[in-house]
Amino acid sequence: MQIRNQIICCICAVTMLFIVGSCSQQGQTGALNSSLADRSYVAPGEHDEFYAFISGGYSGQLSIYGLPSGRLFRVVPVFSVDAEKGYGFNEETKPLLNTSFGSIPWDDSHHPDLSQTNGKVDGRWCFINGNNTPRIARISLSSFETEEIIEIPNSAGNHSSAFVTENTEYVVAGTRFAVPVPQRDMPIEEYKGNFKGALSFIKVDQETGRMNLEFQVMMPGFNFDLAHPGRKKSHGWMFFSTYNTEEASTLLEVNASQNDKDFIAAINWKKAEELIANGQFETIKTEYAHNVYEESTHMATSTMKKEVKVLDPAKYPGLVYFLPTPKSPHGCDVDPSGEYIIGSGKLAASMTAHSFTKMLDAIENKKFDGDAYGIPVINYEDVVSGVVQQAGLGPLHTEFDNDGNAYTTFFISSEVVKWKVGTWEVLDRAPTYYSVGHLMIPGGNSQEPFGKYLVAMNKITKDRYLPTGPELAHSAQLYDISGDKMELILDFPTIGEPHYAAGCPADLIKPNQTKIYELEKNNHPYAAKSDKEARIERNGNEVHVYMTMIRSHFTPDNLEGIKVGDKVYFHVTNLEQDYDVPHGISIIGANTSELLIMPGQTETFIWEPKKEGVWPFYCTDFCSALHQEMQGYIRVSGRNSNTPLKWSLDGD
Amino acid sequence: MQLSTFNSNLMKIIRITAVIILILSSCGGGQSSIDRIKEQTMSKPSDPYANWESNQGIGPIQAFTLPQDIDQALVGKGKEVYESKCTACHKIDKKFIGPSPAGILTRRTPAWIMNMILNPDGMVQEDPMAKQLLMDFNGSPMANQNLTEDDARAVLEYFRTL
Repeated sequence: MQIRNQIICCICAVTMLFIVGSCSQQGQTGALNSSLADRSYVAPGEHDEFYAFISGGYSGQLSIYGLPSGRLFRVVPVFSVDAEKGYGFNEETKPLLNTSFGSIPWDDSHHPDLSQTNGKVDGRWCFINGNNTPRIARISLSSFETEEIIEIPNSAGNHSSAFVTENTEYVVAGTRFAVPVPQRDMPIEEYKGNFKGALSFIKVDQETGRMNLEFQVMMPGFNFDLAHPGRKKSHGWMFFSTYNTEEASTLLEVNASQNDKDFIAAINWKKAEELIANGQFETIKTEYAHNVYEESTHMATSTMKKEVKVLDPAKYPGLVYFLPTPKSPHGCDVDPSGEYIIGSGKLAASMTAHSFTKMLDAIENKKFDGDAYGIPVINYEDVVSGVVQQAGLGPLHTEFDNDGNAYTTFFISSEVVKWKVGTWEVLDRAPTYYSVGHLMIPGGNSQEPFGKYLVAMNKITKDRYLPTGPELAHSAQLYDISGDKMELILDFPTIGEPHYAAGCPADLIKPNQTKIYELEKNNHPYAAKSDKEARIERNGNEVHVYMTMIRSHFTPDNLEGIKVGDKVYFHVTNLEQDYDVPHGISIIGANTSELLIMPGQTETFIWEPKKEGVWPFYCTDFCSALHQEMQGYIRVSGRNSNTPLKWSLDGD
Repeated sequence: MQLSTFNSNLMKIIRITAVIILILSSCGGGQSSIDRIKEQTMSKPSDPYANWESNQGIGPIQAFTLPQDIDQALVGKGKEVYESKCTACHKIDKKFIGPSPAGILTRRTPAWIMNMILNPDGMVQEDPMAKQLLMDFNGSPMANQNLTEDDARAVLEYFRTL
């Protein structure tokens, strides 16, 4: 009896605790909130603390996630067409995908990086590289749209890209695959000494963000793998890792792994600027596309550029130095102070930390160990500052927190290792699932990391999620790094294969959001900014329909006089001026995607009717209670008919 | 002996339960939402348009009286705004997606009109006339065209001439 009573008492007490807990939990954190689930939980209607910009890898896109929830908010189409958004299908965005090889519907996007001011993430733009057909894109962080894509000539496998300098003076793009410059028909076996590795410096206009390929440093034919900018004391320098200093062209997994050490190339870009200003450069002929999306016309244009300024580092002492770094270094990461350049030899177990101070001293006192193609190689002993010994297997990438710690991913041993910058001692290690590539700490590539979370992006998923056939989503993992020990708090799937990522506090971006495009500022040449301007114009077999849309009808919605064989341009303007009221449109048999048109925006698709009849079109984005009614008809007459051109809405 | 232990335990349980109830009530607090909904439903007037002369709507504009004379410059500006932002749904000569604005000042107060232009989302949720209008016009919502207060005032001046 007593035992039973005690049990009842216990149940009551527990119930009470539970009630007290649930009552005090509204919007607070505290002792009761310390479970792992709570730390990544963002309540319905609440916003995440950080934005994460995660590369889409072979999807070619950029994905936007919230941290700590791991919720996917948007996939920004960048290098690949996206039928959902009409990207690359509507006439306005097609020019963005133009290259010197013609229009390309896909690429492989690897390394997003956020613009910085004074070494701090500033929330203006995100840059990302296309790896396969070398390009750099700039995405606006107010509209989350791709605004510009510039092709990189003399380059191939655009991998050590797109990394920004401390004030976004430049975005760099380095070639991973050396190629003949200029491209020409020659035997592959003559690679050595003949192929080149171009490192491109793209200047960014601070007002508009517009990019210009300012110059290329034409390096020997090594593989340039990754890059990071100097900061604070090392501002003005850019560091690139290299492998295949053997200059092998076949069976690289063996032949490019012969040398005990490859290099980190230190480029003095301030020196390069001086040379360019003094006219000490060569201009070489080439061809590359520069594509710009203009927000006021809602339209992109593509311009083909014909030449580029080139610097030969052998000719200009002081422009480039090589820092010997063991075992095919992959990651090349600079700590927040700008003093240490960390090389992760991917075939080694240890990481090498070079000292910027020692590097300057070695240069001043000419502590060189010969040269490579005329570029001085600094004595290893005279530049290395420390080694993180035997931390794991296959180090790849390092990011930093705001407490002087570094975090390195190890691909082969599947783990993240935390270590102390300066003492090089290992402090903690956490397993990843599985085979981690890049990692990201918000602001981890800046003077002032925000810390708190670490995202590990894995290459292998295996058993982490419900299986979906042979192809699995790549998994990202979120660690809480606010304490001494890293704690895995969340798994979330990603799109494509994420490589690098960048992150920053939501407050840097949220207040600057574009909500609508103002109709008054819509300078699209084919906009119909009110119903009065809605009309149809025929010019031979080219027909231009100026159409408007608002909840929930099109003007006009009955069109006649279109003929088989016509090329019909639908220029459709969304007249809404309210947040979050897009409309879509498509028509039966259109050989293209829908349009998805934001408030105040104009977009165009082409329809080439092949059959006589009366064909419906409709709104594809549920817009109001009367969305189902948002439709219209087009009468298509025979090729030689004389049905007059006629358009109306409700008989008017 | 055992019985008295049981009783004292029972008393403990009762006391704990009382505490729980106290906590629960402090957590929820006040009038229940069901009561509030009932009250709102009960107080709904039978003809929402009947009291139009005292209805200023809900939004940034407070009750005001129009000056005697019509400001022709303002009319011109209002016509321009109306034709670029409103004609997709409102026509002067007929009922269209929404009602015609002709003679609107015989049916609505100046403040109500401006609040309907400036705060359509709030109006269809809270204002009895706006709610009824949404029903009368097939559930087609008035779009917020993001007019400034000055634009809305100009449109109102233009409506005076219709």
